[in-house]
Amino acid sequence: MLGKTAGGVFWMFRYLERSENIARLIEAGFRIALTRPDTSEEEWTSVLDTAGAREAYMARHETVDGTAVIDFLVRDKDNPSSVYSAIKMARDNARLVRTAITREVWEAVNECWMSVGAALSRPVRDRDLPQVLSLIRQQSAFVRGALHGTMLRNDVYDFARVGTFLERADNTARILDVKYYVLLPSIRHIGSSLDNVQWETILRSVGGQRAYRWLHGGDSTPKSIAEFLILDGRMPRSLAFCVNKIEDNLKYLEADYETRHPSHDRVHGICTGLRLRPIDSIFEYGLHEMITDFKSDIQELAMQIEKDYRFYG
Amino acid sequence: METDPRFFDELFERPDQARRPYEDFHDWFSSDDIGRLRRKSAEAEEFFRRTGITFNVYGQDEADERLIPFDIVPRILAAREWSKLSRGIEQRVRAINAFLYDIYHRQEILRAGRVPVDLIAKNAAFLPQMLGVSPPGEVYTHIVGTDLVRTGPDEFYVLEDNARTPSGVSYMLENRETMLQMFPELFAKIKVQQVSDYPKRLRKSLEACAPDCASAKPLVAVLTPGIHNSAYYEHAFLADQMGAELVEGHDLRVTDGRIAMRTTQGYKPIDVIYRRVDDEYLDPLTFNPDSMLGVPGIMDVYRAGGITIANAPGTGIADDKAIYSYMPEIVNFYTGEKPILQNVPTHRCSEPEALSYVLDNLAELVVKEVHGSGGYGMLVGPAASKRELSEFRKKLKARPENYIAQPTLALSTVPILTKAGLAPRHVDLRPFVLVSPRKVDITPGGLTRVALKKGSLVVNSSQGGGTKDTWVLEE
Repeated sequence: MLGKTAGGVFWMFRYLERSENIARLIEAGFRIALTRPDTSEEEWTSVLDTAGAREAYMARHETVDGTAVIDFLVRDKDNPSSVYSAIKMARDNARLVRTAITREVWEAVNECWMSVGAALSRPVRDRDLPQVLSLIRQQSAFVRGALHGTMLRNDVYDFARVGTFLERADNTARILDVKYYVLLPSIRHIGSSLDNVQWETILRSVGGQRAYRWLHGGDSTPKSIAEFLILDGRMPRSLAFCVNKIEDNLKYLEADYETRHPSHDRVHGICTGLRLRPIDSIFEYGLHEMITDFKSDIQELAMQIEKDYRFYG
Repeated sequence: METDPRFFDELFERPDQARRPYEDFHDWFSSDDIGRLRRKSAEAEEFFRRTGITFNVYGQDEADERLIPFDIVPRILAAREWSKLSRGIEQRVRAINAFLYDIYHRQEILRAGRVPVDLIAKNAAFLPQMLGVSPPGEVYTHIVGTDLVRTGPDEFYVLEDNARTPSGVSYMLENRETMLQMFPELFAKIKVQQVSDYPKRLRKSLEACAPDCASAKPLVAVLTPGIHNSAYYEHAFLADQMGAELVEGHDLRVTDGRIAMRTTQGYKPIDVIYRRVDDEYLDPLTFNPDSMLGVPGIMDVYRAGGITIANAPGTGIADDKAIYSYMPEIVNFYTGEKPILQNVPTHRCSEPEALSYVLDNLAELVVKEVHGSGGYGMLVGPAASKRELSEFRKKLKARPENYIAQPTLALSTVPILTKAGLAPRHVDLRPFVLVSPRKVDITPGGLTRVALKKGSLVVNSSQGGGTKDTWVLEE
């Protein structure tokens, strides 16, 4: 397949994943703003940070205000990391790789773009927000469903998966990066209800609040939440899960093309690093430092993949 | 339906009396519920939107993707009508290929004085770089879309030869697909010749034109200017249906005397390139140096026989509107036969006598730019306002060589389904022709374009035209 096409499929699924992740972030922020209005400004600021959009937002707005942040993150055409922009980019990439995807996948992403675009054509009122966010999640699930149900398990599929999990790993890492301090053992906060809300928010932003409850019952501790999000191989948005999936898919490419690239060694290094690391040692090393390292590892991995498979030249 | 006696209606011979080819359809249509048909028609639009069959409109603020409106009343031709048309088209396309070979080699037709030398030498569509070059299989126009109009039961005219990169074939295919999905019962009742194997035939035809250095299973790629091009949907569609690669200029480069595409596993040579990029942009080293759409060095590879480019560079000299007026001569010169299809009488405004005639009769004529296409920059005299006429008069006087003029033809009509029921609208027809060394292959039917505005003679999609499914009946 063409290098450009591999890149297009990779980015199509990265953007699709991104749109869903941003919708989830907003959902979590919206919830905390409703339940704890006093912390809402702080919460929206951290949502902007996580989305990597704070600077762009502040360039256009004086204050951090829930309605403005939501509008900026959901439907602002000039914000490259808004849900609207992400879905548009996913669809543009799908057009670019139209010959590599099935009609079902194309129609799903086209439908996603049309229906979300229609829902976002006017400012979203608070009372409609939950519905709009769920539409976004639903539509991207349709695309993923079409991918699983109709695509050959070949290199195209592998690049789609690698893009998905790179974006997801990056997203979970960003959430942890912005919120790591909530998970640090601190005398001041222990046992306070603020912690509980904050922890709940983190779990909610990765759609993991129920899964966590199943696994850990009612006991939330910062350490077990961190472990859940970083190391738990059952949790589909944990760092370990995502990088293992990336490794699997890169291995399929290795077998298919009968060629091993530097990206294979790199992803293997990242996976091994997480596998051999109990959560205590992460805390010892420093949660924030670990997340910072991870983010840059993932970024370098993405660049290596681009190069190894000639996305651009 | 009320018919207009000035125009030949292909469905209604007289009000409520269907012509033979349309009889079965008309029976079906009359017995069906018009409300249901209208709902179906809305469904069709939804279907097109969902599948993303769109075209981009130039000159709009947001590079919008638009749908080309689709009308559910088919345009129907009898097998006998079609066989005459297809013979005429084949004759014309063969003549065009012979003409191109001649123009780029010995130029017998110029020596014989049948076509003026200046018309070729001073024509921007003539590429001196092609002189002495023989394309693989000596095929120049691998794909042709001959535009035809009809003025009576047995009167067809060729309007344009479209020998460069004709578009619209994806609509021909999707229109049929849509009709099959919406009205399966109709196709059970009426036997219509297939069009759906066009992509397969295109692929075969292109493979048959592969250069000598090609592998046993030639690698075919479609070269597109990219997703912002107005016909991108079609480029992707054809590549997909043919099982060919869809490439852009920056995916390609010259390697070891071949054109190679950048794959995830390194560079891989291409044998045949179906390019949907104009000559001018094909090779920045040979033509427009600013072009980002082409492949630097592709012309050298081409001249050395390392790749087939379809259509060949320089074919524009055959479908230029100034050359058009010589087509009867050209057909006769190369085939020794009388043209089967008529040419529209054409006034070349570069000739002083013709110019003064055109200026005197502007309100009755259609004036076209010699190098224009897509209905842009065209004047339809009978429909023009006084102001438009006087503006065009100025343009004509300033650059007469830039224009040709033709009588306004009484284009045939085929009804469309409107809110008020059936209503006649003017149509044209673009059959698609595939040329390979041993074969001229014409898909039965083609794309019928229809002017949706009452009375309008302009069918171009960029000017508010729509399309219809086109049926050629089985014998």
